[in-house]
Amino acid sequence: MRATWDEATEITAAANLYTTKTYGPDRTFGFSPIPAMSMISYAAGSRFLTLMGGVCMSFYDWYCDLPPASPMIWGEQTDVPESADWFNAGYLLLWGSNVPQTRTPDAHFYTEARYRGTKSAVICPDYSEAAKFGDVWLNVKQGTDAALGMAFGHVILREFHLDRQAEYFEDYCRKYSDFPMLVKLDEKDGRLIPGRFLRADDLDGKLGEDNNPEWKTIAWDEESGGLVAPNGSIGYRWGEDGEWNLQEKAKEADTRLKMTLILEEDHDDVVAVDFPYFGGEATEAFATDADHPDVLTRNIPVKTIQTADGEVKVTTVFDLYCANYGLDRNLGGDWVAKDYDDEMPGTPAWAEKITGVSRDKIIHVAREFAQNAEKTEGKSMIIIGAAMNHWYHMDMNYRAVINMLVMCGCVGQSGGGWAHYVGQEKLRPQTGWQPLAFALDWGRPPRHMNSTSAWYAHSDQWRYETLEADEILSPTAPKGDWDINLIDYNVRAERMGWLPSAPQLKTNPLEVAKQAKAAGKDVASFVAEQLKSGTLEMSCEDPDAPENWPRNLYIWRSNLLGSSGKGHEYFLKHLLGTDHGVMGKDLGEEGRQLPKEAKWHEEGPRGKLDLLVTIDFRMSTTAVYSDIVLPTASWYEKNDLNTSDMHPFIHPLQAAVDPAYESKSDWEIFKAIAKKVQEVAPEVLGQETDIVALPLLHDTPAELAQDQVKDWKKGECDLIPGKTAPNFIAVERDYTQIYDRFVALGPLLDKLGNGGKGIGWNTEHEVQHLRDLNGEWAEGPAKGCAKIVTDIDATEVVLMLAPETNGEVAVKAWDALSSFTGIDHTHLARPKEDEKIRFRDIAVQPRKIISSPTWSGLESEKVCYNAGYTNVHELIPWRTLTGRQQLYQDHLWMRAFGEGFMSYRPPVDLKTITRDVQDDGDTLVLNFITPHQKWGIHSTYSDNLLMLTLNRGGPVVWLSENDAKKADIKDNDWIELYNTNGALTARAVVSQRIKDGTTFMYHAQEKIVNTPGSEKTGNRGGIHNSVTRTVLKPTHMIGGYAQQSYGFNYYGTVGANRDEFVVVRKMKKVDWLDEEATQKEAAE
Amino acid sequence: MRVRAQIGMVLNLDKCIGCHTCSVTCKNVWTSRDGVEYAWFNNVETKPGTGYPTDWENQDRWNGGWERTRAGKLQPKQGSKWRILANIFGNPDLPEIDDYYEPFDFDYDHLKSAPELKAFPTARPRSKITGERMEKITKGPNWEEILGGEFAKRSQDYNFEGIQKEIYGEYENTFMMYLPRLCEHCLNPACAAACPSGAIYKREEDGIVLIDQEKCRGWRMCVSGCPYKKIYYNWQSGKSEKCTLCYPRIESGNPTVCSETCVGRIRYLGVMLYDADKIEQAANTPAETDLYDAQLDVFLDPNDPAVIATARADGIPEDWIKSAQASPIWKMAMEWKVAFPLHPEYRTLPMVGYIPPLSPIQNAAEAGAIGMDGAMPDVRNLRIPLRYLANMLTAGDEEPVALALERMLAMRAYMRAKTVDGVRDEAVAAKVGLDGAMIEDMYKIMALADYEDRFVIPTTHREQVEEAYDLRGECGFTDTNGCSPGISKGSLFGGAKKPLKMPEELR
Repeated sequence: MRATWDEATEITAAANLYTTKTYGPDRTFGFSPIPAMSMISYAAGSRFLTLMGGVCMSFYDWYCDLPPASPMIWGEQTDVPESADWFNAGYLLLWGSNVPQTRTPDAHFYTEARYRGTKSAVICPDYSEAAKFGDVWLNVKQGTDAALGMAFGHVILREFHLDRQAEYFEDYCRKYSDFPMLVKLDEKDGRLIPGRFLRADDLDGKLGEDNNPEWKTIAWDEESGGLVAPNGSIGYRWGEDGEWNLQEKAKEADTRLKMTLILEEDHDDVVAVDFPYFGGEATEAFATDADHPDVLTRNIPVKTIQTADGEVKVTTVFDLYCANYGLDRNLGGDWVAKDYDDEMPGTPAWAEKITGVSRDKIIHVAREFAQNAEKTEGKSMIIIGAAMNHWYHMDMNYRAVINMLVMCGCVGQSGGGWAHYVGQEKLRPQTGWQPLAFALDWGRPPRHMNSTSAWYAHSDQWRYETLEADEILSPTAPKGDWDINLIDYNVRAERMGWLPSAPQLKTNPLEVAKQAKAAGKDVASFVAEQLKSGTLEMSCEDPDAPENWPRNLYIWRSNLLGSSGKGHEYFLKHLLGTDHGVMGKDLGEEGRQLPKEAKWHEEGPRGKLDLLVTIDFRMSTTAVYSDIVLPTASWYEKNDLNTSDMHPFIHPLQAAVDPAYESKSDWEIFKAIAKKVQEVAPEVLGQETDIVALPLLHDTPAELAQDQVKDWKKGECDLIPGKTAPNFIAVERDYTQIYDRFVALGPLLDKLGNGGKGIGWNTEHEVQHLRDLNGEWAEGPAKGCAKIVTDIDATEVVLMLAPETNGEVAVKAWDALSSFTGIDHTHLARPKEDEKIRFRDIAVQPRKIISSPTWSGLESEKVCYNAGYTNVHELIPWRTLTGRQQLYQDHLWMRAFGEGFMSYRPPVDLKTITRDVQDDGDTLVLNFITPHQKWGIHSTYSDNLLMLTLNRGGPVVWLSENDAKKADIKDNDWIELYNTNGALTARAVVSQRIKDGTTFMYHAQEKIVNTPGSEKTGNRGGIHNSVTRTVLKPTHMIGGYAQQSYGFNYYGTVGANRDEFVVVRKMKKVDWLDEEATQKEAAE
Repeated sequence: MRVRAQIGMVLNLDKCIGCHTCSVTCKNVWTSRDGVEYAWFNNVETKPGTGYPTDWENQDRWNGGWERTRAGKLQPKQGSKWRILANIFGNPDLPEIDDYYEPFDFDYDHLKSAPELKAFPTARPRSKITGERMEKITKGPNWEEILGGEFAKRSQDYNFEGIQKEIYGEYENTFMMYLPRLCEHCLNPACAAACPSGAIYKREEDGIVLIDQEKCRGWRMCVSGCPYKKIYYNWQSGKSEKCTLCYPRIESGNPTVCSETCVGRIRYLGVMLYDADKIEQAANTPAETDLYDAQLDVFLDPNDPAVIATARADGIPEDWIKSAQASPIWKMAMEWKVAFPLHPEYRTLPMVGYIPPLSPIQNAAEAGAIGMDGAMPDVRNLRIPLRYLANMLTAGDEEPVALALERMLAMRAYMRAKTVDGVRDEAVAAKVGLDGAMIEDMYKIMALADYEDRFVIPTTHREQVEEAYDLRGECGFTDTNGCSPGISKGSLFGGAKKPLKMPEELR
């Protein structure tokens, strides 16, 4: 049905206000991805939502494009070299990244680098387009990459660190990795396991460190011959100035840290230490390695030192690390190898069995990779896509890769390092954009939510969880209460302030604020008190209670239901309450262990959403399912900004023509909704106090909140907001001024300044410039504020406030960082101090951005943008516990789940092919992989006629010739794929290039084109996500612990989907399900 | 010697990423019209595969190109002139629409206009020819994308001739390459020879082969005569159409649309001087394996003073001679010998060349032995069988292809020594008959590939081929009918033509 803009916005505004008043502002959600690609369009919705108190949902983690290994190791979300830097590499390893297909515009840098003499190996299970360009193709069994990486590492350690110590590698690792840091060995049942990093706090006198001694790690110093707390660890970052740097100093004295205790004179003893081994756990689809026990005990050189708690044994990370890779260092003991042909976990021979890649190839590639790095001082680069990140144990894959780069001194070196590309994630002028996007000019903090946890809860995927904690727990786990469901881990994480919540409290926060006021208390202590008494409940503890449902959802610039929504059918069943294909039973029906923390309802609710509004320029799957579809302007009909990680330029989108028909830009649409809200509000809401629950955030002092894991609800500690729990912060809202605020730059920037990544600066000057440039409001509630009326006004806000586009701000930002590090960094921006990039400038020609401390690379005449460059060359610490690239993760949960060190973990068993669901005769079961396609950018353009013509005219699924034969499937046959999650229909592409045992369905082929009905479900055949369900990993929930602290799209749970299996069968009958609904059905 | 100049093209298959941007931009510019929905003047094929139209390379089936008769005469393979005329109403060699594919569209509007349905709506395909519902799409212009389809079907690929092909159907031994294809603008075009109406001509000034739409009578003998199947019949207009090498762009010094938009930067355009007197002899070379060399022999060295003098005498413009000297096509085809004609055995002397692709080492013994830093891998151990490439590019003669691949590897080895070790390794260059300076030039042209190095295109001297004085002022505001004098019947906006009303004072 068609509606006028006036009607549509009024319905929307009324629903939002009703929901806010009835349930609370945090029951209105908004989902929109990758702002970098059109940041003003993103900001339009998020600014509106934030002014309302609504929830801005993350995307990067939900897509599983966020590699949690990156924040774990570097404290960085993801920072990568621009594609031009590939050309500087001496060795390019393409690992699960199909550059020609998915990085098409940049691919020429790769093909051309080869002519400069760059060698290249390509690792992927299929003979991909990238494989064509490799000097060698390593056809790894999908999902076993960590085993391959471990064997590479084994060779590199053997040949470049142990048998011979490459000088460059040693120098690099000592300065820039945690290798020299000391780790305590803990006792468990009379055996030793790696424990926490030794910290100043453990030592008598704390080495004189009064500030954050529990956050300062310790190493052995060759200069002084004693223990030191070297500069740069995270304890130096907060509460003191000038020693958060990577100079080889401690307490102003020069140091030289010892990387190993291997020499007789350096250790007191050699002891046996237990390491978990997961290789034997593989399901039958993957090669199991049952020859080895699940605990491997290896000999380690240790020093015994005196601590406040008595004697402890310590060793270096490097010594543990070498043992973990299974290297024999003449210390005796078992489970280590001298010979590559030993089938010992870690060796090339072992990896050959698991990965299918011959040991010769493994050895050769590892050797050449390292040789090149040694010769070129780090110009070996690994280009990696999300492929390996979409596995449940993605961290192991990624850490295997990053370890290689660190061991070979490649990170932070031009032409080297970790080139992870998954999307257009780099929002270069981020710190200028954030105030606009999250209305930080009017109130702080905004409501951010990690989507993976939210959708897991709200589409009730948790009710069907098949993975139990003990399946992933380490055999060496420290004692603890680990036997709970995955949702329970998430509940704990939210409760302890590790992860955000949405909704936050079961009671409407506007009501809670009123009660606090009535009680004469500040909101934080009032909420704390009520939570402790049980009067107030956190929503996470009962996601299915009607009070805790998301009620309104905006989706813009996105196709959640046709593209990124893992567990598509669960969304349909529970969130939307429509026809669905879920065939599995929930935990209650199955009689399995019910959650202990999350409240169980017998019946899972259906149709939680009251209103779904989608803003798009085409009828996507999401649009077809929506209550209201608002037509938006397309790329050439609006003004916007665009940046990418692939190149360092900022460039515009410009309206070549006005929006077609009645469509409007996203900026104008949200303005229209805001205006309507402002008109309707006085009947419903006025000036209100909202309470925002804020988790312990990354890059804030709160990241030092919890050096021990303690749950207030279990009485292990007191509930202290912002320390042992989320903080609870009062935010003033005025629903009668939503529009007035939307179009004005609010007063808080003048008052509080601007900043990002832990540093801040005064920005009054820029705000004044914006008044001059955009004009200021002469009257009304925003009197004296700069105008942000048009989309171009909005771009100017971003460009003016961001260091990347305003040289003056860049100098201020570097100066702010300098006070932390004690090193003057302002020289990096001084030459561009007078440069201010305006929208009209980039309209003439895209401009290269200015170097800023928001990013770890530089823009200069000398180097391409390369991540980690300023860490290595400006000695700015990585934002980790140790301040170094941290290859050992010592948080309790990391150790409990066996991920202190990298190791090979086979794909998990999701058990979605059950006896109930599998029909007799359907015997072909394949691993379901969803790589990025060639014919679209996610779902956009994949329904375009030319793209469909060049492909096969609708959804297709690839399988190998051998597998196809088994199920009597011929090329172009209609086939159906199903499991307990749902079913999908498509045509088969049979190809020799696919590895047996896998099936590829290129991501985001929608059911809106050429998709017949499913015989299995009786509904329209699904999308690629009809057979997936997201599964959470507890280690991603860790918070309040240095780099493992929550940040929006930065750290948190991620939506893995690659461990999934499907039944594949030929369709017997193709039914197009074109019948009209009966009147009764239509009424429903 | 009769010197002529032609704009030639080289595609470096070693850089092709298979993005099909060339196809899409070409399609959008030239064939997104009624009657040519199925036509792709430029298409990209995945090899091994049978291509578009299916099995086009099999001239036993299509009888395209030329053949040398037993008497040593060159004649179109589909027959001499009398046979062509005899078959004019029933050409047995003509591909049908199903040899291409049935073009389709989707009921997109259904997504918003469908009534309330029992199931979620989906846009189903419809034939662009009949307008009828298509139950299943069974073919497309790129059906074999990235090796789609069973090996048994794809290995009908003509280029497997003489190869024990079974092992290449195994996963472990998979190989793949892309082959972008367009009209070859041949020196000896079989299409032109086949046309009963004389509608196809090769332009004197730049060698572009065109179909005069006024003269074409739609006999389609060109469609069967072209061994590359790059002439398409427009069923709406009843005339044949083909790639124009974007002549309006070329004339003004711009690259073709496919070249301009090539994301992989694989395409090169430049002038080649050739001796028009040698064409027949070259095309009629007895042994097929000698045809490649014979074609090279037709090309003239633009730096040779005798050639320059004759070129001037034959009216080749000075800037065309200069361009020929800077031509990347000359360098690749003649100086470095890395670019080859596609199927020289068709005897059409094609003017679009291809640099063969490198591929990963296959031989397990050399696993990962990427070469450089010393020994180079044997090009016979690369995944793509040498014979396969030779069947495609040199009528089966492996040696020239092997040398080209070795030279590509030598460039990599030389440049690695230079960038990593800081030495200029002349020995590596000498081994493949090059020297360091040549390799650095190869690197500049092939790796840095600056726009001005890829496209060296002089503007057309219209004044030499037409009476410029008469043309002046003709190309003003016209009725989208090229440079017509403006005597058209309808007006620009449709309907009857109205006399132009001029303001009073201008009368």
